[in-house]
Amino acid sequence: MSNQDFVRQLPQSASLGASAHLVRMHLDPLLLLTLLAIIGFGLVMLYSASGGKPGGEIPSIFTSQTVRMGLALIAMLVAAQLHPRFYQRWAPVIYVGGVVLLVLVLLVGVKVKGSQRWLDVPGLPRFQPSELMKLAVPMMLAWYFADRALPPRFKELGAALGIIAIPTALIVLQPDLGTGILIAGAGLSLIVLAGIYWRWIAYAFVAAAAAAPGLWFLLQDYQRERILTLFDPESDPLGAGWNIIQSTTAIGSGGLYGKGLFGGTQSHLEFLPEAQTDFIIAVIGEELGLVGVLALLSLYLIVLARGLYIAAQARYTFQRLLVGTLTLTFFVYVFVNIAMVSGLLPVVGVPLPLVSYGGTSAITLMAGFGIIMAVRTHRAW
Amino acid sequence: MSPSLSIKDSLSERRLFGARASALFVIATVLLLGLVGRMIQLQILQHDAYHTRSEANRIQVQPLAPRRGLIYDRNGVLLADNRPMLSLALVRERIADLDALIAELDTLVAISEEDLQGFRERLKRRRRPFEAVALKLNLSAREIATLAVNRHRLPGVEISKQLVRHYPLGAVLAHAVGSVRRITEQDLRRLDPIRYTATRFVGKIGVERFYEQSLHGEVGYQRVETDAHGRIRQELEKKPAVAGQNVTLHLDSRLQIAAAAALGQRRGAIVALDTRSGGVLAMVSNPGYDPNLFVTGISSRQYQALVDSRDTPLFNRAINGQYAPGSTFKPIVGLAGLSLGMVNWEEQIEDLGWFKLPNQNRIYRDWSWRKDNSGGQGLVDLNRAIYRSSNVYFYNLVMRMDIDQLSGFAAQFGIGQRIAVDIPDTSPGLLPNRLWKQGAKGEVWYPGDSVNMGIGQGDLLVTPLQMASIAAVFANRGIRRRPRMLLSSDRPLVEVDPLPPLPPVEGPSADDWERMVDAMEDVVHRGKMGYRQNGVAWAHIGRNISYRMAGKSGTAQVVEIKQGEEYDEEELDEYSRKHAWFIAFAPADDPAIALAVLVENGGGGSSVAAPIAREVIDHFLLPQLAAR
Repeated sequence: MSNQDFVRQLPQSASLGASAHLVRMHLDPLLLLTLLAIIGFGLVMLYSASGGKPGGEIPSIFTSQTVRMGLALIAMLVAAQLHPRFYQRWAPVIYVGGVVLLVLVLLVGVKVKGSQRWLDVPGLPRFQPSELMKLAVPMMLAWYFADRALPPRFKELGAALGIIAIPTALIVLQPDLGTGILIAGAGLSLIVLAGIYWRWIAYAFVAAAAAAPGLWFLLQDYQRERILTLFDPESDPLGAGWNIIQSTTAIGSGGLYGKGLFGGTQSHLEFLPEAQTDFIIAVIGEELGLVGVLALLSLYLIVLARGLYIAAQARYTFQRLLVGTLTLTFFVYVFVNIAMVSGLLPVVGVPLPLVSYGGTSAITLMAGFGIIMAVRTHRAW
Repeated sequence: MSPSLSIKDSLSERRLFGARASALFVIATVLLLGLVGRMIQLQILQHDAYHTRSEANRIQVQPLAPRRGLIYDRNGVLLADNRPMLSLALVRERIADLDALIAELDTLVAISEEDLQGFRERLKRRRRPFEAVALKLNLSAREIATLAVNRHRLPGVEISKQLVRHYPLGAVLAHAVGSVRRITEQDLRRLDPIRYTATRFVGKIGVERFYEQSLHGEVGYQRVETDAHGRIRQELEKKPAVAGQNVTLHLDSRLQIAAAAALGQRRGAIVALDTRSGGVLAMVSNPGYDPNLFVTGISSRQYQALVDSRDTPLFNRAINGQYAPGSTFKPIVGLAGLSLGMVNWEEQIEDLGWFKLPNQNRIYRDWSWRKDNSGGQGLVDLNRAIYRSSNVYFYNLVMRMDIDQLSGFAAQFGIGQRIAVDIPDTSPGLLPNRLWKQGAKGEVWYPGDSVNMGIGQGDLLVTPLQMASIAAVFANRGIRRRPRMLLSSDRPLVEVDPLPPLPPVEGPSADDWERMVDAMEDVVHRGKMGYRQNGVAWAHIGRNISYRMAGKSGTAQVVEIKQGEEYDEEELDEYSRKHAWFIAFAPADDPAIALAVLVENGGGGSSVAAPIAREVIDHFLLPQLAAR
């Protein structure tokens, strides 16, 4: 439709009109634009990280990621059309179904690279039920607190921790510590949003600190190694320390303005491992420098602020807690990923949301943003 | 915080959520700022360090080894060239479990304990990241094929190709041309580290050593961009290596082969010189060794066998073997006597086969002496003293001379000195005199010392190279030329720093030289004259010779024969028998070649060494004479 038609339909103001149009489609314009910007940024970087050159052959990874992002946008669009009431009603079913699937994964799942994370249902694409739990756990907790007085009491806190613990335990058993921690983190941040007393939080921290030495013995050897490597990557520069040495070298060598898009040597010469997936922020740091990293971080900050704003504006407890948690989870992804790649946290398998190559997590995330937009745009109960 | 409520308070819950959301937003922002801080630390504050690190990852400077200069003989025959050697090399950085991989490789191509030891040593040395380190050298075609088939499951294994020295003629020229050896830790301290970064071998012996600088060439380098797997992605800059200079030697490999064949299995040495230039035409030291072993890798067992052998194959007898010259020294004593006016060509001495110093009982024997004091040569003049090799004549003559005068005269022939132009590590021999004896033995010079020296025995020592050079002095009638290896090169060589020419031998008149040469011709040609009238070598080489050869035999005592006893070869063990010498040059009137033959523990000079000398000279001269 031409601009002329557009003006005739919405005579008041074109810009307001576009915005209103999106709202009518149950989309939040600011959030959508920001997400599109991140996705676009991510695709460009992925093009470079997978060895593409301007005008050269398009890397197959880039094509398949573009398709996935399209699917993710569709997932977002669909999720946004559903009324928040729907999510609240179905939360227990989705949660229980997810837990059942997690049990199935442990029983009949497909093993890839030593961990059993995937379900292969005939006729459906192979998928990870743990991804579903990233949405299901916050939904279930929000459902649980929806009709209860807040801040939660101790007994309710126990129940909430149970809701978190069951899927977390099942996921850790796969083993997939990274996802397990993220889901637990999402659940815990919901409990914090629910208004749990700061005092209790402090107790929990003290308890966690006390338990840390014990936890150390529960970790697998490779996990301990990763933690030790964090403190001294040079101790094993060609083994465990390699990833972190190469990623910090990539980022550091980028400087303020970077080596230029497609000009990263660490990534293009394959010194940087996992450049297209978990370590893609190092490619950004190398090729676009501090400026590029700050630009991306700003976009993420906008998403965070907008998500929390939408949450705060929501009328119902379920919506507030769910939106707030989904937003914070998204942020935790960002933080953990970048902290890991820049050598502040041990290497755990957390992708950079909407930028790293990988399908399932982007679809889950965008579905989550669909729910956030649904909360924003479906007003009436 | 208010006490918990049992009914929902929508407004307060909303306020509570708002507070929590704000708090978490602040925390999130602080965390984000933490990340920004980290990025500033990496990208701004430590940028230089990481930039350097990234460049070091990416850019490798690879030295390019120069091709070693070729060595030719005078006829253009290759004596030393380069050929590709394929080796199995490992890139340590790409190998997770080294021991497992080596065990795997052992099943494929058999890795010996020595390969492993060498590999570990090379691994310890400084090297570039991702540089392949050789594990097994000189792979066979079959081994290459085995490795190629299994290549996919051997990450970090590479087949590296490098040019290494090759000596096509092997052992026969080992001592003449010399050879290269693998660069050792000690060499690294001595060599220019930049010039030799890409070089694995250095000339250690002979011509290879003397002309090392020119033969080596100039190292080049290329700056390349490599990826994490060590593969070269692009060449950034290249300075090609400059190949070493090719050199041509005086050596005549055909003559060398003929000389080695003439010597056969006997231990000994032959040095043949071009009388007109001093160029070394042949330099044989037997037994030799295969110099290629030192390039492609010699096992310590093989090496130990070479070192331990009683025949010392690694020892270059031609330049380092020091022996008493025996009677080959007599022409020098004769010329000394003439120069000093102690004798003339006419004077005759009666040779009864033995000699005594006044007031001493010790008997000094002629070679013809018998237990019953029969023997001797009868009346001998200087000419006869040479062709009959009369000891008694020279015992008498030497007693008329002051020993320091004799030594001074003999020094003009290069004994006790190193006169070669470009033959490294030659031994000087020993020319005794009073001062030397006082210094070395703390004793005064006894008349008996002079008697021994008169027939080339005692403490006097010479090398075959020196004797060949002395033969050339006679050939050139007193004109002296330094022995040399290099005939020509494409361009002037840095090593060529012309030594001053040697002055001619002073003292003998032109007539003395001619008559001495005549006497030496008689050694070979004077025949059919009857009892005690023929040249000592005539029966062995002079019967059917088509050109004029001048020569002198010598027999050097290894162990002292007791007073009153005859030398009996059968009674002595092989290594105690006399050394056989023969020096010669030909054609006598217009000499082209001069040589010295030494056969260790060979016995008589005329019977053993002279036929070898004849064979070598025949090989050299007959084609030339036939062509004329």
